Amino acid sequence: MTTVSIRAPGISPPATTKARRRIRTRLPAAFALLPTALVVLVVYIGCMLWTVRLSFTSSTLLPKLDWVGLAQYSRLFANDRFLTSAENIVIFGALFISGCLILGFLLAVFIDQNVRGEGIFRTLFLYPYAMSFVVTGVAWQWFLNPGLGLQKLVRDMGFESFTFDWLVNQDMAIYTIVIAGLWHGSGLTMAILLAGLRGVDEDLWKAARVDGIPTWRVYTSIVLPLLRPMVVTATVLLATGVVKLYELVVAMTLGGPGIATEVPAKFVMDHLFERNNIALGTAAATIMLIAVVSVLAPWVYARYVRPQGRHA
Amino acid sequence: MSAVEPHGRRPRHLTIGRIGIYAFLITAALFFLLPLWIMIVTSLKPMDEIRLGNIVALPTAPTFEAWTKAWSSACTGLECNGISVGFWNSVRILIPSVVLSIAAGAINGYALSFWRVKGANLMFGILLLGAFIPYQVFLYPLVRIFSMTGVYNSLLCIVLVHVIFGLPTMTLLFRNYYAGLPLELFKAARIDGGGFWTIFLRVILPMSTPMIVVASILQVTGIWNDFIFGLTFAGRENLPMTVQLNNIVHSTQGERAYNVDMAATMLAALVPLVVYFVSGRWFVRGIAAGAVKG
Amino acid sequence: MSAVSVRDVTVAFEAFRVFDGLSLDIEEGEFIVLLGPSGCGKSTLLNAIAGLLDVSSGQIWIGGRNVTWEEPKDRGIAMVFQSYALYPRMSVRQNMSFGLKMAKTPKAEIARRVHQAAELLQISHLLDRRPDQLSGGQRQRVAIGRALVRDAAVFLFDEPLSNLDAKLRNELRVEIKRLHARLGKTTMVYVTHDQIEAMTLADRIVVLKEQKVQQIGSPDEIYRRPANLFVAGFVGSPQMNFIKGRIEGSGTGPEFVSGQRRLPLAEYRFVSKPRPGQQVVLGVRPEHLEIAEAGTWPGFKIDIVEPMGADMVIWCSDGEGSIQVRTHGSRRATPGTPLTLGVDVGQVSLFSAETGERI
Repeated sequence: MTTVSIRAPGISPPATTKARRRIRTRLPAAFALLPTALVVLVVYIGCMLWTVRLSFTSSTLLPKLDWVGLAQYSRLFANDRFLTSAENIVIFGALFISGCLILGFLLAVFIDQNVRGEGIFRTLFLYPYAMSFVVTGVAWQWFLNPGLGLQKLVRDMGFESFTFDWLVNQDMAIYTIVIAGLWHGSGLTMAILLAGLRGVDEDLWKAARVDGIPTWRVYTSIVLPLLRPMVVTATVLLATGVVKLYELVVAMTLGGPGIATEVPAKFVMDHLFERNNIALGTAAATIMLIAVVSVLAPWVYARYVRPQGRHA
Repeated sequence: MSAVEPHGRRPRHLTIGRIGIYAFLITAALFFLLPLWIMIVTSLKPMDEIRLGNIVALPTAPTFEAWTKAWSSACTGLECNGISVGFWNSVRILIPSVVLSIAAGAINGYALSFWRVKGANLMFGILLLGAFIPYQVFLYPLVRIFSMTGVYNSLLCIVLVHVIFGLPTMTLLFRNYYAGLPLELFKAARIDGGGFWTIFLRVILPMSTPMIVVASILQVTGIWNDFIFGLTFAGRENLPMTVQLNNIVHSTQGERAYNVDMAATMLAALVPLVVYFVSGRWFVRGIAAGAVKG
Repeated sequence: MSAVSVRDVTVAFEAFRVFDGLSLDIEEGEFIVLLGPSGCGKSTLLNAIAGLLDVSSGQIWIGGRNVTWEEPKDRGIAMVFQSYALYPRMSVRQNMSFGLKMAKTPKAEIARRVHQAAELLQISHLLDRRPDQLSGGQRQRVAIGRALVRDAAVFLFDEPLSNLDAKLRNELRVEIKRLHARLGKTTMVYVTHDQIEAMTLADRIVVLKEQKVQQIGSPDEIYRRPANLFVAGFVGSPQMNFIKGRIEGSGTGPEFVSGQRRLPLAEYRFVSKPRPGQQVVLGVRPEHLEIAEAGTWPGFKIDIVEPMGADMVIWCSDGEGSIQVRTHGSRRATPGTPLTLGVDVGQVSLFSAETGERI
């Protein structure tokens, strides 16, 4: 007993040196991560909180640190421009995401039918994704402008009464942005889903053929459920694109005609940097943040929190 | 010999279904090609022909006049030096931004996947979530920070912004790639007495070529195509090509010169298009890897 | 009338011909195993029979019908795959009934067949589970069940046990054999690279190599009278001993000679008449060699002993080459001990050194 109690303190010093040595060898790693940690702290957390804080002030041209409660938010929700922006982003988001998924899936399925020139088709469907939104917007603005573009083209072909003036039509302009968005993004969905299709076990296709299951039924009942992870990936990717929608609108319509194609990102940018209304701009940015988090939270929960609970 | 010939209907190879498949694919291909086509033909036409003629028709007498004008004398607001200014600005922004953001991503990814640093995973988690948050949430305070430190509206400023907002994707990319490397390799290097930087430079970095290629593709197209950061942080002297293009297209002086607009657009699209066509399958791999999979 | 008849079938991908005029007749109720190393074309042949692969020329008959251009579902076949190929996110019951539902089979009939198949395979308690909740062995049972409900006359198995561990593989092998016996008149075509599966299951084995049929015969024939060196070497573990030598004629008849080793061949059943001086390879299975007091071949010494429980493999050599002998596990053997080998002429095979064919 005594020997043990005497020896006990003698054992601990090596343990602490070991711990200390471990800290010393890890020090360069911690040091290497320091700049990123600073960025996370200052930009990703700090700037975000700062923006939220500003939304409760009466700042206009310069930031103030007073407190006006939710006053900016009530102004925001009475603001036509913002309400139109919110409505537009919902329309765009729904049509763009579902459109890209459907078109991308169809393209992937058709390409997967053992067609000739597969590489050419794949290249053609995906190249718009390499182009910037500004380029995309300018190109589609040119093609869809009623005076010289598509409308004139069809009229010159003999259909005198053909009308396609969506670009300058208050009610329809947002849909031209959806079209340009689809052109830009559906190739990406195609590429992701095609990779998924190629990963489907070939025996599964054989089994389905022996069972006499029609091809379309194999796709809907067997393949599509298998592609769920790819569909989720594509959706998340498209959804982040929706929230960031700004350049396309700026290049295509500048938010017009009138305020018909305003979107939240543009609302924030305009109020922060042109209209000198920092508080209203940050309030709109905060609403965007809340919207993203409320969409993101269930996904993060389903993906990271719940599975852990199940395995435990 | 005829006795063993198969009887009954031999499946034809060009059925109605097959024709339908090709019809769909070709229609889709036309939809995707059309904007590029009209951009090219418009940029090669004089304005008279554009006003009168057919938007999809080939130019009767192709001319590169619009291209020269777009490059060297189109007006971007008050100045009329063409989009070449923007092109060189974009190049000056692109090179340091791509190099630095890839270096940062590689170092972070290496530190995260091989070294256990307290709180590193929490930091990485926040960084990843940050990738989903709209930029508008960070922009104004960031502008304030940069103007307080005196770097606002400079080349350094825009490069820093690109590195900062490239961190999530770049870190994720390299972390996932390094996580796939055998840990034994790292352990062997540790036993041989390598420290943090020695192992990184001698062992890990030489194995990173595929990811560096993928990251480069991702960053070159991403940074070249950026509009919002260039507009907000670069300052008048350093505006990138996308911003200049938008200024050319939306400058309100006189009649719009569509041929010049389209030539400028083509010029702005050239770099990412070349990257796309040269990199081929790597491009797809890049966006697939860049897709936040967690 | 044969259940499956492959008549002069050629399968070609672009310019590459996988089979060139291959013919094979399979009797009703027969269990046929297509055996060969990977890339020998056995799966290609099975896929051609199933109709999953178009033949370039020739015919395929199943149940007296020319089905060369029929869809797989109309051929009266059922198939089981190596990767199970169960439909994900469908319950076991849905997996088994999906094909029948597509064929517009009445609901009651579907329920009856699923019930019956599940009973037979003892998977009734799993019917409401999904494939990802099943073990590998259970998944393959379900896959077999899905094939069973099709009430097909011909069952095709594409390496069904290759993804399972050794113990499960043995279990399911017996199960498949039992199933074949129970179903009575059902024909089974089974592809494998595992010679044990082939030996234990088959009524007849078709040995394939490089897209060519090497030998068709009962497991016993394949084992005892391999048609060529390839079949002799591929089937049997431990492998057959091969000894190069030549034929010498003597007064009492032909004799095999390899250095000091001689073997009179008077009792050997020749397929073709040997020429004196002909270069040959003698094949002897390890269990057909005896350790004898006064045997045929003296002068051997034990190199290595591999005890395997019931058996024991003794590697011995006589300076001219190494030979494996299989003997009782209870025998005492110490490396270095000299011994004499006895050869049973009735059990050996002789191959032409030139062509590799049996003589």
